[in-house]
This record gives sequence, C-alpha cells and structure tokens, in this order.
Amino acid sequence: MKMYLELYASLMHLLPPGKSRHQREISVNEGTTVQDVIESYHIPPEMAHIVLVNGHFVCDERDKHILQEGDTLSIWPPVAGG
Amino acid sequence: MSWTRKILRVNLTEGTCTPEPLNMQWANDYLGQRGLATKYLVEETDPKVHPLSPENKLIMATGPLTGTMVSTGGRYSVITKGPLTGAIACSNSGGFLGNEFKNAGWDMIIFEGRSPTPVYLYIENDLAELRPAEHLWGKSAWEADDILHADHQDPNLRVAVIGRTSENGCLFGCVINDRHRAAGRSGVGTVMASKHLKAVAVRGTLGVAAPHSSDEFFKAVADGKEVLAENPVTGQGLPTYGTQVLMNVINGVGGLPARNMRDVGFEGAENISGEAMHEPRASDGKPNLVTNAACFGCTIACGRISTIDKTHFSIRDKADKPQYQGASGGLEYEAAWSLGADTGVDDLDALTYVNFVCNEDGFDPISFGCTVAAAMELFEAGKITLEDTGGIDLRFGNAEALVAVTEALVTGEGFGAVIGMGSKRLCEKYGDADLSMSVKGLEFPAYDPRGIQGIGLNYATSNRGACHVRGYTIASEILGIPVKTEQTDTDGKPELVKAFQDATALVDSAGICLFTTFAWGMENIAPQIDAACEGDWSVERCLEVGERIWNLERMYNNAAGFTADDDKLPKRLLKEAIKSGPTKGQVNRLGEMLPKYYEIRGWTESGEPTPETVSRLGL
Repeated sequence: MKMYLELYASLMHLLPPGKSRHQREISVNEGTTVQDVIESYHIPPEMAHIVLVNGHFVCDERDKHILQEGDTLSIWPPVAGG
Repeated sequence: MSWTRKILRVNLTEGTCTPEPLNMQWANDYLGQRGLATKYLVEETDPKVHPLSPENKLIMATGPLTGTMVSTGGRYSVITKGPLTGAIACSNSGGFLGNEFKNAGWDMIIFEGRSPTPVYLYIENDLAELRPAEHLWGKSAWEADDILHADHQDPNLRVAVIGRTSENGCLFGCVINDRHRAAGRSGVGTVMASKHLKAVAVRGTLGVAAPHSSDEFFKAVADGKEVLAENPVTGQGLPTYGTQVLMNVINGVGGLPARNMRDVGFEGAENISGEAMHEPRASDGKPNLVTNAACFGCTIACGRISTIDKTHFSIRDKADKPQYQGASGGLEYEAAWSLGADTGVDDLDALTYVNFVCNEDGFDPISFGCTVAAAMELFEAGKITLEDTGGIDLRFGNAEALVAVTEALVTGEGFGAVIGMGSKRLCEKYGDADLSMSVKGLEFPAYDPRGIQGIGLNYATSNRGACHVRGYTIASEILGIPVKTEQTDTDGKPELVKAFQDATALVDSAGICLFTTFAWGMENIAPQIDAACEGDWSVERCLEVGERIWNLERMYNNAAGFTADDDKLPKRLLKEAIKSGPTKGQVNRLGEMLPKYYEIRGWTESGEPTPETVSRLGL
C-alpha cells in the first residue's frame, strides 16, 4: 500500500531521492508498523524523537501502531527552539 | 564573582551618575536581573505611573552568573513599566553587553527622570558619565552603534541603543545590543527614548572576582557544560538548525497559527523553515544561512547569521545601503512566524530583510508582524482602505506590502505611525477590537492556544502579556522536555504552567539563557548558583525565589490596575474552532484551567495573592 514518509532536520539525508523537500511516497506491506518504517529507513532509535502519524503523536508502542493506506508518518530528531 | 554589590543610579533630569551599594537583602530574596530589578522598580515607583513619563524608571540589570564561566552567562535584562501594555516589562537579551556591564563592575543601572536633550551613557569601569547625543538622535541603531565605535576608537566597546522607531513613538521599540541581539518585547526601547537616552556604551576591564570556592565552582560549571554538550537538543539540534527548526514541527502538530490566527496551519511553512535556510538558492548557489553564532560564554550557539539574495526585490535597488548586502542576524523562529505565517508571506528573503530592519531600527518583530497581520485582516474586510495605507495593498501573502509597511514604520509617518501603536490600539481604531491577537496588549508568539492548551493558560496569565518565554510549556506539550504531556489536554496544565513560570523567573534572574533548560533542570542550575554566590542555594530555594518573583510581578500589575478580567484570551481562540488539520475542532479551554491555576498559586478568585501567600513568600 502507499503512504507518505516525511523526514526533517538532520534526518533529511535518509530520504530516498526525490523532488519534495521532506516528503516521499513509499510502498509498504499491509500491517507495517511505525517501528518497521523507522528501522527500514535506518533512522537511529534515539533520533526518532518526535513521531507523528497524520499530525498525531505516536509516543509509545511504535511497534504496535499499524500504518494505514495514505497515512503520513513524520519524524524529527530531538529539537527545540522558542 | 556573583554580585559586584554596586549599582549605578543615573538621574537623567539632573545629569548625574551616582554609585550605590547593592541591597544585599533584596539580592538574597530576588537573586538578580529580572527579580532583583523588579524589586527595585516596585520599591521606587508608583505602579500607576505613565510608562512614558519621567516618573517611570528603566533598569538594566545583570544576574549573579553574568560574566562568569557558566555556559550562556552573558545575559542582561531591561525592566520597566511597558508602554504597550501598562504592565511590568522585562526583556532579556544575550550578546556581549551584559558581560561588559559586569566587567565594568556594575550589577545594575537605574535610569530615572528625563534628560532635556538627547544623551548617551558612557561607562568605562568606574567612570560613568552622560554625554551629548544630538549627533546620534535620528540615526538607526546600527548607525549610532557605528558612530559610537568610531568616536571612542574602541572595537571592544559594547553598545545598547534604540533605533528611530522608538524615537518616533512606536510602542514596541526594542533596546538593541551587539547589532542583532535585543531586549525585544513590551516596548522597553520606547521607554528609553522617552527619557532621551539614545544609548549606553560600556567598556569593562576589571574582570570578575574569584568565587568563594573556586574548585566547587569550576566543577559545577564543567558539569553543566557537559550536560549541554551531550544533550541532543543543546549539543546538536540548536547549533545546526537554530530555533527555526520549530517551523515544521509546530505546523506538523496543528499548532502553527496563520493569517492573524484566523487559520491554523500554513501551507508555506516549509519555505520559511530552518531547513529552507540551509538550501542553496537559484541565483548564486549560496544558502540563506551563513553560519550559527554564540552569545558571550555560550556553548550552545543557536544564533543565525544570514544573507538576503542580492537579486531579491527588497534589496536589489538599495546599492546605497550596504548594510543589507552582507550577513547579519536572524531569522529566528518567532520572527519568521510573525513576519511570515501570520502575514501569509512565505518569501524567505523578504522575511530576512524585514528582520534585518527590525534589528537596524530596533522594533519587536513579533508585535510588528502580528500588528501587520491584524491590519491585513482589517484591510481584507474593507475596514482599512488603500487611502488609509497610503496605497499599500495590504493583503495577506503580499511580500511587497510587508516590506513597504516595514519601511513606513521606520519613518514613523502615515500608516507606519498607525502600525507603531500595536495591534490592540490599531484594531480599536478601526472598529474591531476582537481582531487584536494579544493579551494585556502584547501580541502572541508562534503557538496557537487552541491546538496547545497549556501555552494558552501561560499566555493568559503571563505578567507581561502574551509571551512564550514566561512559561514555555511547548517544551513539554510538543517537544517532550522534560516529559511529554498531551497538547490538547487541560488536566495537569495549571501545575505545568506554574512550574515553568516559576523556574523561568529564576533562570531569568540568574544571568543565564533560558535555552539551557532544554538540557538543564533546576538540579543542574542550582549548584552553579550555589557555587558562585554567597549563601546556600538549593533547588528548593531557587524555586521559591522564582515563585516570589512571579508573585511580585503579579502584585505590581494588580497595583497598576490589572485584574482577573485581564487573564483572558481573544474571543477567536475561545470560540472559533480550528478548521482543519490534526487539531481540527479545538478551541482553548481556558475556563477549565484558570480556577485551578489561581488555587495552586495561592491566589483569590479575583487573582490576587492571598495574605497567606504573601506571608509565605516574604512579600
């Protein structure tokens, strides 16, 4: 199924080639979890700090959060500002 | 080390500069900088004084860690009654000026009265004297800075200076130091202008004395720096992307206001983000961002130094203004949001230019951007016309209009003077007061209180009006620091807000930067204060001092005429639900949080500290 992966800040270099600044359409199998995507794109666990699916936080149990067709998974390393 | 135990009282009416001993009892109770200067202001002025009258005072104050080896220990603050709000104003700045004050031997400078003619204060260690500044009046902050450096032939001179906007009566004027650091909010620069004080130029070569226990101090400092270096936020994230990394984060979680907070979510956010600042541009292959930068003693180095594309419309016809052709400070997140998302403009070079002008002429980009955004909404509603704006087509998203109104503000003429009143007065003037996105007259920062509940309570109760750096609950509600809380929950938010507000009051009184708290807890800060200062400074005492400061500010505001009715948010944020995105349907539920907040603060239902609270805190 198709979904969207967005990587930001120091994780951007882990995106496969493409035109968009942050987003890629990716294909994953049914039943793929957030943790599966994090691992398959070689994102170090400690760098997957802010993890959103469709703008909603996935803080715990990323290995149980199953992604759906058309979902947008967005990931940031530890960042702050103000 | 810690306090120099010496303050300078400058009577501008009489033209005198008089050293005085620091009140050490007050220093023990309020630490320094924000807290201690507020105590002096409370004791020496009538809270009902007009902010721009000679009876108001303006205090520049360092903290006990300013000028020391503690990381980020270069901060100073400007404390006064603010003209935009009529509330307590305290604006904090980095750069190198605070360190220079301390090295010249002064904890604090109190300005009182009004000079009959423009002057500047020159300090060289013990020498402190007022000098004529007619030749500086009417100059931009950058021009005045250049002239003072040339006159004194001293490249190490540090200068705090106001720009033309403050002279022209703009109510959100800043005090600029080191060209692009600012005591930025609440109009402290406007108060300085009202006193005909153009600048403070200081050179300090006395050094700071050794602490009472050098070994203990050096260990505490080294431990603190190690924590900052090893933390991924202060060690990597902030140096690389600066505060601007938040643009996409806050947009992504449904917390980024846009177009005068009419919308939440900005389609152009990624074009004005920290990541975009790193990208090569088409014209010359160079990125907007030149380098990061650090203030005095800082081991984080979050500052941004940037350039404008030389082919961009904002500067391509300004060959006579070389100040815009090279590198300068910005953009930071708050400015990028207010000048960009809130006005609907996603032109990074236009925002960089406007930010340069904010620095050059000393005005708050948050209040300015928000006021322009309010004017844009009124313009699109037909309540402000082309005749009012002098022909500026003030539609949302119009970068040329943003640049034009910026330049109008600097001259202080025509519609520029109207913008300089701030959004509250502007919206009242054009008949729709509810369109001012402000609390107590101070415009909002870059986080929408509908999508992020706790920050709304902080805005409503902040002693200087809608301000994120009075209680930055975003750290917890979005960034997960120190622990993640649910952004749309109200449960536990009164406690969270109080904890952040009290801790911040302590940090702002110590001489260090608030950004250390992305890595440091009070258990890291207290040992550094304890090692530098006389007396025992435990975590508990630090937090009590923070709470005391917060309540002192509150009591000042109450005495100035503020009540619980002023602890509110604009109707839009309480009634108009977010229309789309992950926080769709949300409004801020202030009413669920405010009573509990008053209760845990030890305040009455009318928002006044109870006699028990006053007694407990020694107020």
